[in-house]
Amino acid sequence: MNFSKRLLELAGDYPDREIIHFLKTGESDQHLTYRALIEGAGRYQAALRSRNVLQGEVVILILQQSIELVYAYFGTILNGSIPSIMPFLTEKLLPEKYRKDLVSLIEITQPSAILTYRDFTDELSEIQANNAFIKALLFSEEIETGAAVLAGTGNYPGTERDGNDIVLLQHSSGSTGLQKGVALTHQAVFHQLDCYSKTIRLSSRDVIVSWLPLYHDMGLIACFLMPILYNVPLEIMSPFDWVRAPHRLFQAISHYRGTLCWLPNFAYNFCAQKIRPADMEGIELSTLRAVINCSEPMRRSSHQAFLERFSQYGLQPSAIATCYAMAENVFAVTQDGIDKAVTYDEIDQETFQKDKIARKVFNNRPSVYQVSAGKPIANTQVRIMDDDGRELPDRHVGEIVIKSNCMLTGYYHREDETVNSFSEGWFKTGDLGYLAEGELYVSGRKKDLIIVGGKNVYPQDIEAVVNEVEGVHPGRCVAFGVFNEEKGTEDVVVIAELERDFAEKDRQVADQIRKMVTQSTAVALRQVYLVNDFWLIKTSSGKIARAANKEKYLFETGHHAG
Amino acid sequence: MDKNEIIEKLGKKICEDILKDTGRTLAPDEVLISSGLIDSFSLVDLALMAEQMFGVRIEDYELNADTFDNLEQLAEIIVERKG
Repeated sequence: MNFSKRLLELAGDYPDREIIHFLKTGESDQHLTYRALIEGAGRYQAALRSRNVLQGEVVILILQQSIELVYAYFGTILNGSIPSIMPFLTEKLLPEKYRKDLVSLIEITQPSAILTYRDFTDELSEIQANNAFIKALLFSEEIETGAAVLAGTGNYPGTERDGNDIVLLQHSSGSTGLQKGVALTHQAVFHQLDCYSKTIRLSSRDVIVSWLPLYHDMGLIACFLMPILYNVPLEIMSPFDWVRAPHRLFQAISHYRGTLCWLPNFAYNFCAQKIRPADMEGIELSTLRAVINCSEPMRRSSHQAFLERFSQYGLQPSAIATCYAMAENVFAVTQDGIDKAVTYDEIDQETFQKDKIARKVFNNRPSVYQVSAGKPIANTQVRIMDDDGRELPDRHVGEIVIKSNCMLTGYYHREDETVNSFSEGWFKTGDLGYLAEGELYVSGRKKDLIIVGGKNVYPQDIEAVVNEVEGVHPGRCVAFGVFNEEKGTEDVVVIAELERDFAEKDRQVADQIRKMVTQSTAVALRQVYLVNDFWLIKTSSGKIARAANKEKYLFETGHHAG
Repeated sequence: MDKNEIIEKLGKKICEDILKDTGRTLAPDEVLISSGLIDSFSLVDLALMAEQMFGVRIEDYELNADTFDNLEQLAEIIVERKG
C-alpha cells in the first residue's frame, strides 16, 4: 500500500465525504470533500510534473497553514515525490537568518523543487542559482486551475511507489533541526497508524480537531495524515490564529462535535489561563473522549488546571490522555488514558533526585508526581538502558530506547547521524525515563534540547546567535531550558560572559541578546543572565558544559530544587 | 484617563507580567511585536490587560504589528474605544 493508492481509494469510495474543514479567523469555514482534495492536489501534481519533478525527489513546501498547503502536500504525494514542510517565515524572524536555515535544509536534502509564494521569488532564485539540483521554483499563486488541468489528471505516478520508498521528510526547526530530516517510508507510516488507530480506538464516529503546525510530527501524523488516510473528519486551523484566540479550538470542538484532540502540555495551562469566560458561552465539550497530552514534559498540575477550568462546559475527567511520541517512530511510542485513567506515580523525591530511582512514596516523605505516558503501542518495544547499554530494571531511570516496525529509514542524507542513533538495533531516543508496571514515565533528557511550547529548540542554535552580539565574549555563552510550572513548559535562559568594556552597558547587551534571539529563532528568552569572565564551567575538552552551568545558575538564582 | 496615563500603567504591567522584569521600563515608541519583545504566546495577554484595566476589547485578529506595535499606538486604540 502507498499514500496515493489509499487516498484515491477513499476518494473513489467517499467522493462527497467532507474530510477537512479549514477554520480561518474572519472567514467562513472551508469545507473540503475527498473529491475536492484530489482535484486541488491534482493541480499541484500537474504543476510538478510539468516541471519534470520526478518520483523519489524532494519538494520543499514553504506555505502558511492553509488549504493550499493541504493541496500542495498531497499533490507532491500524488506525484510520487517527497514533501518536506519548512516552517513559514513569521514577521518576527529576520529574513537573513531564515534564509540561512533554509539553505541548510536545501544543502542537505537537495530538493528538486520548492513550492512557495511569489514574494520569495528573488531570494529563492538566488538560492537556486547556487544549487543546480533545484529544477523548479513553483508559486502557489501560479498553480493552474480549471478544466484543462483536471482533465489531464487521473494517472498519478504516486500510485506506483513501493511501500519501502520514502514518502515524507520531517524536520525540527532551526539550523540544527533542519539538517536532520527524519525520512519515513509509506510502510512505516501505515505500520504506525494501523497500530496507533487501534490503540486509541479510532472509528468513523470520531472527529479530530487541531491547531497544531504541520511541520511537527504531532500535527502532521496524528492530526493530518491519520484523519485523511483513515477517513476521519478533521477540523483544522492555523497555529497563528489559535495562539491569538485559543477559545476557537473549543468553538470548533463544540460546533463539529469533536472527539479527539492532541495538545502539548503548555496548551493545557495556556487554555486554562487565557480564555475569557465570555468567549466560552454556549460551548459544549462533552463530545471529547480524549485530549491527548504529547510532545513535551507532562505535568499533573496542567491536567488539573485544564479540568478545573473546562469541566463546567462538559469536559469529562476521563478525557485526559497522554502519549510519548517522536518523529523517528513516525509518531506514538506509548499511549495512556484511553481504556483507563492516566496513572500518576507518586514517588519519593529524594531517592529520585539522588539515586535516579523512582521509589513509591513512603513514610509521608516529600514526594513528586510523575505522569505516565502509558504502555508501548503494540508494534513498539521500549527498554531503559544505562550508559553502558545494559538494560535497567523497573523504576530505575535511564535512557529510553525503542525498537519497532515503523522506525525511520534514516536522517535524510545523514548516514553519520543515523548510525550514531542506533545501538544493536535499538534507537536511542536521548530521553530519560523509567518503566513501572509496564508503563513508561519520561523524566528528562540526555540530549541537549529545549522544548518550548511543544517546539524543539536546539541550544546550539541560540548560542550561535548570542555569540554574534557585541559585548558578549565570543564562545562564552550557554542556553538551556528551565521548567516553568505556571506556563507548563520550559523557559529559555541564556547566560553570557560580558566583555570588560561593556560592564556599564549590560542592559543594552541583554536587550540586544533578547532581540537577536527572538528574531533569529522565534524564541523569547525568559532571562538573560550576564556574568563576568570565567563564570562559565567548561568540560575537560574545553566545551561549555550546559548541564553544569544550568545547575550553577539554578543555585545562584535560588531556583534549586534540591 | 489620558493617553500618557494609559501608557504608563500598561508599560508597568507589561514589564511585570509579561517580561517578568520589574527593573525595566518601556518607552512609548519601543517596538513590541515586530521586534519579538512580546512573543506570540503573550499577545493574548495584551488583549486581556486592555480589557481588565481599561474595559476595552482588542479582538484576536487585531493582535499583530499592523494594528499596533508600541505602547503609544496601543494606548491610542484604548482611548479611542473608551470614547
